[in-house]
Amino acid sequence: MQQSALVIGGGISGIQASLDLANMGFRVYLVERSPSIGGRMAQLDKTFPTMDCSICILAPKMIECSRHPNVTLLTYSEVKEVKGSVGNFAVKILKKPRYVDEKKCTGCGICAQNCPIEVPNEFDVGLSMRKAIYMPFPQAVPRVMTIDKENCVECGLCERVCMAKAVDREQQPQEVELNIGAIIVATGFDMFDPSEIPAYGYKQYKNVITALELERLLSASGPTGGRLMRLSDGMIPKRIAFVQCVGSRDRREWIRNAYCSSICCKYATKEAVIVKEHVPGAQVTIFYIDLRIFGRGFQEFVNRAKAEYGISFVRSCPGEIIEDPITKDLIVWFEDMTTRTPRSLTFDLVVLCPAIKPREGAGELAKVLGIDVDDYGFFKPLDAVSRPVDTPVSGIFICGVCSGTRTGDVPDSITQASATAARVAEVLAG
Amino acid sequence: MRIGVFICHCGVNIGGVVNVPEVTEYAKTLPYVVHAEHNLYTCSEAGLAAINEAIKKHDLNRIVVAACTPRTHEPLFRLACKGAGLNPYIFEMANIREHCSWVHSYDPKGATEKAKDIIRMAVFRAALLEPQVEPEVEVKGSSLVIGAGVAGMTAALTLANQGFKVYLIEKEAELGGMTRKLFKIYPTLADSTEVVNTLIEVVRLHPNIEILTSTTLKEVSGYVGNFNVILTVPEGERKISVGTIIVASGSSIYIPPKGLYQYGIYNRVITQVELDKMLRDDTIGRPERVIMIQCVGARKGEIRHYDLAALPKSPTAELLRRILKARKEEGWPYCSRICCMNSIKNAILIKERSPKTDVVILFGDLRVYKEYEDFYRKARDLEVRFIRYIEEVPAEIMKVNEEKLNVMVYDALAGCEVTLTADWVVLSTPLIPTKDMVMLARMLKIPIGTDGFLMEAHLKMRPVDASVDGIFLAGTVTGPKDVPESIISGKAAAARAATLMMRKKVSAEAITAVVDRDLCIGCGLCEEICPYGAHRIEEGKSQVIEILCRGCGSCAAECPRRAISMRHYGDHQVMAQLKALLRPALTGAS
Repeated sequence: MQQSALVIGGGISGIQASLDLANMGFRVYLVERSPSIGGRMAQLDKTFPTMDCSICILAPKMIECSRHPNVTLLTYSEVKEVKGSVGNFAVKILKKPRYVDEKKCTGCGICAQNCPIEVPNEFDVGLSMRKAIYMPFPQAVPRVMTIDKENCVECGLCERVCMAKAVDREQQPQEVELNIGAIIVATGFDMFDPSEIPAYGYKQYKNVITALELERLLSASGPTGGRLMRLSDGMIPKRIAFVQCVGSRDRREWIRNAYCSSICCKYATKEAVIVKEHVPGAQVTIFYIDLRIFGRGFQEFVNRAKAEYGISFVRSCPGEIIEDPITKDLIVWFEDMTTRTPRSLTFDLVVLCPAIKPREGAGELAKVLGIDVDDYGFFKPLDAVSRPVDTPVSGIFICGVCSGTRTGDVPDSITQASATAARVAEVLAG
Repeated sequence: MRIGVFICHCGVNIGGVVNVPEVTEYAKTLPYVVHAEHNLYTCSEAGLAAINEAIKKHDLNRIVVAACTPRTHEPLFRLACKGAGLNPYIFEMANIREHCSWVHSYDPKGATEKAKDIIRMAVFRAALLEPQVEPEVEVKGSSLVIGAGVAGMTAALTLANQGFKVYLIEKEAELGGMTRKLFKIYPTLADSTEVVNTLIEVVRLHPNIEILTSTTLKEVSGYVGNFNVILTVPEGERKISVGTIIVASGSSIYIPPKGLYQYGIYNRVITQVELDKMLRDDTIGRPERVIMIQCVGARKGEIRHYDLAALPKSPTAELLRRILKARKEEGWPYCSRICCMNSIKNAILIKERSPKTDVVILFGDLRVYKEYEDFYRKARDLEVRFIRYIEEVPAEIMKVNEEKLNVMVYDALAGCEVTLTADWVVLSTPLIPTKDMVMLARMLKIPIGTDGFLMEAHLKMRPVDASVDGIFLAGTVTGPKDVPESIISGKAAAARAATLMMRKKVSAEAITAVVDRDLCIGCGLCEEICPYGAHRIEEGKSQVIEILCRGCGSCAAECPRRAISMRHYGDHQVMAQLKALLRPALTGAS
């Protein structure tokens, strides 16, 4: 039995699982596909319902991971092959070239200051620009730069200005082979692209945005420094609508996401409250089908959102959003359930809450690992009741949003992550 | 004395309001400050590296970080100091975000001046800080699991499988807890007896688990790694000592008071657990119609549950008494999370046996999250009907005859009132805290939330840790959970406990009370007021049991002889801070 574990995915679930295992004395390899660990939680402004600054409660755990003697971080890396069985998996990991020497780079950022190429910044969901040599966000772990070769023009400026001589434009992909006792899968989620529902006008109308975009617009470290504004004209929106179930609970032929995304009602309520704090006097309306706000402290939080913040909850699924071509205001058409007649309301900004989806490539990873996915592509537990974090492959466990029946909020993800750590400890103990 | 000051921009959180470069220049003028710098994020890897470098370059021996709250970030910066070879207790944090930039975001000038004041105070305190030694204690490799429901049994089994000795106690004579009362478990419709019995069997046979049924907790003393527990067992008392404790004592089901939806008046009005029992015993027959009402006693009103007279005298109980007196409506404020799926499950079970029975579920919101949505759709395909009612107009129940009831409900979608005749009316009621939760919380010194359940150390980041080191929470003691969620939290609590027990040693905070034996007269006031039992009078003088002391300072404030002081928070250190604020001229600060 190898007393080691591979954790796939460096979001909050993967981080928690890694730390628990490392603190139990196991050797942990944490593999993350992007240049930094942190995952979705790093992108959020605040977390519900405690309203903690998200990165502030996450960053200490990220740093603990990078400093823990039992944790090896393998960022910008992907799992390519898994063979063997519990206690002795032979794993091949592809370390993609960063074109920057991780050991030499100090993360000073002078290269990025000099890089002439600007591309949309993924971390800010494209609302700001980054350079072709970049660090995804200031608290990134590890603190090293990465060259995005797709956009690099090979001008060599970064190499010339780097005082640590860390830029290595000839760097090659590296294959890392490991012998591992057990594996935890925590690959998280992607968001549904709302432009697949043309009636909502996402990407057509500038003032129709997604909840994740709003999250970045509200964040003090975001592209606007926390100033909420319309993307069409920079005006401060006074009438804001949230639309739930965009691509969730939707069985239309080309969408086929019948499940509920489980987090949108909660984060929309949270974002509505933050919007109210940013723009006092704003009128905020949440359109919903069922208000699914289970979980500790949340009914109470919604009660407060209604009573103290005056947020209105309208039970209706909007049919169409139309832009006023002159003002760029948005007219939302919906069925008024009290009178059962079609009605419209005008808003300055409409926020869509898109479905959560399995990460791109989750299907391929499932094949590599030999585990099952369900109808929607989420990983399937061995038994939804009695073995909720196990998979059919002994020694491989799932936690967080990537697993089908479980919810996606932070405490549930952390609990599941600790549970998978327990499973690993159990199977490796004998 | 060589003080280094690090001022954080926190992106624009601080830097967008406070003039950080100006504050940095000001910090350089303060006495003993030999180095001051500002960082975009002092907590990032780069910021921590900068601290490390400056300590070496400028030979710093006191560190001040002006940034956010010590609650989240002090451990990180202390670690950075330690990494550079300094004692972590020479570190001081100045909060210029929560206490300054966030609350004064509309007054950048004023905020900048206030940030200077806050930093000046921190520098004066830092100059008087002394290195401290954290007491280290051994952690026993054994655990007490309170409650043998699915969560407790899972936790016990997980720890036992890792080689730890587990005492699993259960107040009932039988193992199994709440799950034993159910019939089937959603979404797989697994038989609950089977699930529970499989677990019971493995737990019973495990050599590392000692099961103590009909056993309750009498007294808990000690601290992380070394809890001394007295149990009340059928034969009398039993003393054990363990390294960690997992609380998995579960919850109760809310029983509606007599008259609520005619419960207790008409015997055809029952609760979901009663329905579970009827389904299991197959006594429900082939009724024409069954109506279920969701959120009975949940998502409304306020807590009115505890037997006030039975509560012991304590500040917590006093507070609860006051809160409870002010509350009026019957029921609980929170959503019980599991009832929607549970009702759908029972509706499906009825439909599968008796397809002709019309099953109607009256609901406010259907909270069937993630892929339980498929389960909901299955019920709809079986023609279970769902009627949305609004909270303001609850359903009314009238008797037709001994076997039939009329249910009048406002259908919010149809926009009119409908009357349906039913054979059975089933009330879906929430999981609620057990009546002994307050006693348990008091014994273990774990706070209780406004919903009456035990509080986690942090609702988001530490969902299975209690705020008391070495104690963990599993299952429904922190709020409603279904069977798989309880199993997951049982596993999680076991993992967290194992991280402590595997390490074998833990260190505690060095902020403890110190008694000046020359001044102490042994009056015993400290012993009386200490909430943690950390003071003991021995040979006429007070003794501090350091590992028990949480550094609250109550004793130091109470001591009539001023014989008690707090490590790291001495009078001289606090006074220096105040002096720096109120009389900057006297302290030599400009």
